[in-house]
Amino acid sequence: MIELAIFVVVGAAAIGGALAVIFAKNPVYAALGLLGTLFSLGVFYVVNLAHLVAAVQVIVYAGAVLTLFLFVIMMIGVDKDEDTTETLRFHRPLIAGLAGITLLVGGVLAFGGRFDWVPTAGGPEDPPNGTVEELAGRLFTDWVLAFEVTALLLTIAAAGAISLAYFRRDGSEPVE
Amino acid sequence: MIEVTSGWYMTLAAALFAIGLLGILVRRNALIMFMCVELMLNAVNLTFVAAGRALGSIEGQVSVFFVLVVAAAEVVVGLAIIVAIFRRRESASVDELSELRG
Repeated sequence: MIELAIFVVVGAAAIGGALAVIFAKNPVYAALGLLGTLFSLGVFYVVNLAHLVAAVQVIVYAGAVLTLFLFVIMMIGVDKDEDTTETLRFHRPLIAGLAGITLLVGGVLAFGGRFDWVPTAGGPEDPPNGTVEELAGRLFTDWVLAFEVTALLLTIAAAGAISLAYFRRDGSEPVE
Repeated sequence: MIEVTSGWYMTLAAALFAIGLLGILVRRNALIMFMCVELMLNAVNLTFVAAGRALGSIEGQVSVFFVLVVAAAEVVVGLAIIVAIFRRRESASVDELSELRG
């Protein structure tokens, strides 16, 4: 019962935040809508016993990534008059058709009760408890190679970002 | 009494993913399009967690970690590209980037 109430309230917040992202004229409001959605997903992770993932979600996404977004918005300025005229022919009708087909299929699936492709009814008796011990035990044994490769990926990403945004086109450093 | 199964979470994740996709298709501001990509990545994360719970496996949450890392790397590089483009063009609209030269 409590889970149902949480699902309805927080789910509405998640959908509302997502709609704010795509409908807000001001990019700052879009970022705040995204923040609401990310927090709502953090709540859902807690409900699904993914405690460590929920903490990381709030720290990394709501903390670091959103702050980065807001920094860039402040840096390049808030341009509100976005030109939304379409340069591709049939862009809008194609989107509308795609959305219609998706809604049709989704509606048939949802209201026809055909969730055969989804494991039903709560699953096993002991769902995985995503504590630090559980997660680290798996991450540093079976997935340790992938974990080390992500370190390489992050290093390359940081170096790439610096080379893209710091140096000028002629290779000189920016003068202060 | 209605029980909230993993199918509910997956349906919600599908809705969030669809909203993100719609945003990619209709918006022109590169920053907003980036936020929509983040939205789609997060929808997939919710699917991972819900499926991991339903199947009784911790692997779903491990996968979320790797998606988080890839998303963070993608945001860093993508925002650097947007800043570099903005320096030259004074605009963040993707429609003005129709030619593949700087």
